[in-house]
Amino acid sequence: MTSLEVAGLAKSFGGVTAVDDVTFSITPGHIHSIIGPNGAGKTTLFNLVAGLYVPTSGTVRLAGQDVTALAPHQRAALGLGRTFQNLQIFFNMSAIENVMVGRHLRRRAGFLGSLFALPSAWADNREARAQAARLMARVGLEAYLDAEADAMPYGALKRLEIARALAAEPSLLMLDEPAAGLNPTETQEIDRLIQSIAADGITVVLVEHDMKLVMGISDHIIVLDHGRLLAQGTPAEVARDPQVVAAYLGGEPA
Amino acid sequence: MANPALGRWGGLIVLIVVVAALPLVLPNKFYYDIAVKTGLNALVCVGLNLLIGYAGQISLGHAAFFALGGYASAVLTTRYEWNGFLALGAGAVATGIVAYLVARPILRLKGHYLAMATLAFGIIVSLVLNREIWLTGGPDGITVPTLRLGDMRLRSAETWYWITGGALVVVTYLALNLIHSPSGRAIRALHGSEVAAETLGIDVARTKTMVFVLSAVIAAIAGSLFAHADRFITPNEAGFLRSVELVTMVVLGGMASTFGAIVGAALLTVLPQALAGFDEFKHIVLGAILVGTMIFLPKGLVPSLGALIRRWRR
Ligand SMILES: Nc1ncnc2c1ncn2[C@@H]1O[C@H](COP(=O)(O)OP(=O)(O)OP(=O)(O)O)[C@@H](O)[C@H]1O
Ligand SMILES: [Mg+2]
Repeated sequence: MTSLEVAGLAKSFGGVTAVDDVTFSITPGHIHSIIGPNGAGKTTLFNLVAGLYVPTSGTVRLAGQDVTALAPHQRAALGLGRTFQNLQIFFNMSAIENVMVGRHLRRRAGFLGSLFALPSAWADNREARAQAARLMARVGLEAYLDAEADAMPYGALKRLEIARALAAEPSLLMLDEPAAGLNPTETQEIDRLIQSIAADGITVVLVEHDMKLVMGISDHIIVLDHGRLLAQGTPAEVARDPQVVAAYLGGEPA
Repeated sequence: MANPALGRWGGLIVLIVVVAALPLVLPNKFYYDIAVKTGLNALVCVGLNLLIGYAGQISLGHAAFFALGGYASAVLTTRYEWNGFLALGAGAVATGIVAYLVARPILRLKGHYLAMATLAFGIIVSLVLNREIWLTGGPDGITVPTLRLGDMRLRSAETWYWITGGALVVVTYLALNLIHSPSGRAIRALHGSEVAAETLGIDVARTKTMVFVLSAVIAAIAGSLFAHADRFITPNEAGFLRSVELVTMVVLGGMASTFGAIVGAALLTVLPQALAGFDEFKHIVLGAILVGTMIFLPKGLVPSLGALIRRWRR
């Protein structure tokens, strides 16, 4: 069984083909990375998998189920989680509430239960707050338990997004450049965090430009260039692939 | 705030105290009538604020829902001799269904388009109320019988004061529950980032629809109460100006602040009574307040005051 399978996936924006006939599959567990130069189509690929974009052609399967026609929230219900390269924080809420939203799929109270403050809604609130606090501590945000999201620095917000995604208990977690803009110490913390997430049995798909991080952490790497799948394999295999080397040095493939 | 729950329930207690104590300083029926109008506007605004302030959606047609509730009560009690409370319930349910039917296509729209669509909806309701004279009495309005509870005739201004005040406290309590619940967090999340909300499993279209319907039902109930309190209703209640007035109350008091919505409603109901000749310039003054608030006090009165107090305490 695969965690994620994309077949013949393509997306064009007007004249630009951002993702071009990409096929790969991702096995459960492990850390998988998707790398490629700027504009290679990595974020577009994430958006296609998440259901935020409708593909020009191709299919997406999650845990064997064809989800190509499903809305993003339905894919989330199937265990897909993600973070964003350009932060998508709920700036109208506190930090802990951001993470509590991540418990949405685990709530028991419906709209009326919420409105009338039935015991189920109380239990949801208590449970969500406890889990959110635990997850904030896990990603190193215990100092921000009482903070408003719009008062937090960039590096903290990146981790807040990870905590929020984890709150939904995903089986597949896509991280879009979690280390971008972070200093070396923070990057090391993210490195450890990603490893601990994977150790919990969550399949991680990582998009990242920090090659030291990617090469050290990944079990499997997929290389995109100009929307096309250029190569895939272990870090060692990918590192000595002449096409990959050429793409990164900006030359023509050998 | 160190303990958010304290602010929330503290605010509700203040509201209860104000509602309970206000009659001590209301000298006569005229003032009671203003208080009732204030309470009914506040009722609508608490609901409308869930939509505008918390969910981040705009409605320029909310007066139409208020009027639908009012006319449901008026028509069902006069023409079909229904029990008033039954008519109120039926009006609320019917308005909820109408809101549900218009919400799905309308809430797909964003920004200006959503504003235009809700505006158009309000105009259509207004037109129907004006044109279908056989049913609604047309532009002259329709007389509404006194609401009866058993043998009791709910007629005096004092009685209506307590009905409105009670309804406002209950609806405020429900709104506070909602905001601090899983559904309420979903509502606020889609305002913060629709994309992030979706990827956390929130059905954005459904959530928007729920808030829209809830705010419409609250407006309809307020409309029914208004029709019985005034014993008269005209299509003006559904008009564009009324819708803008309601939005201005929410924006002035403070978006995403339940007590702000109440304060905004109170200010814009009481001030026109205090300022002679206000009616003539109502359009201009409302417009000026709306624009002025958005430029100088984008968060509205109550949240800005709250921030000021928090800064001062430190
Ligand atoms: N919504 C959009 N509309 C139009 N063009 C887009 C859109 N999203 C992406 N593109 C284009 O598609 C291509 C791939 O972009 P994408 O963001 O997926 O790249 P990326 O690999 O994530 O790059 P980076 O490493 O800089 O984040 C780019 O040429 C980009 O300009
Ligand atoms: Mg990208």
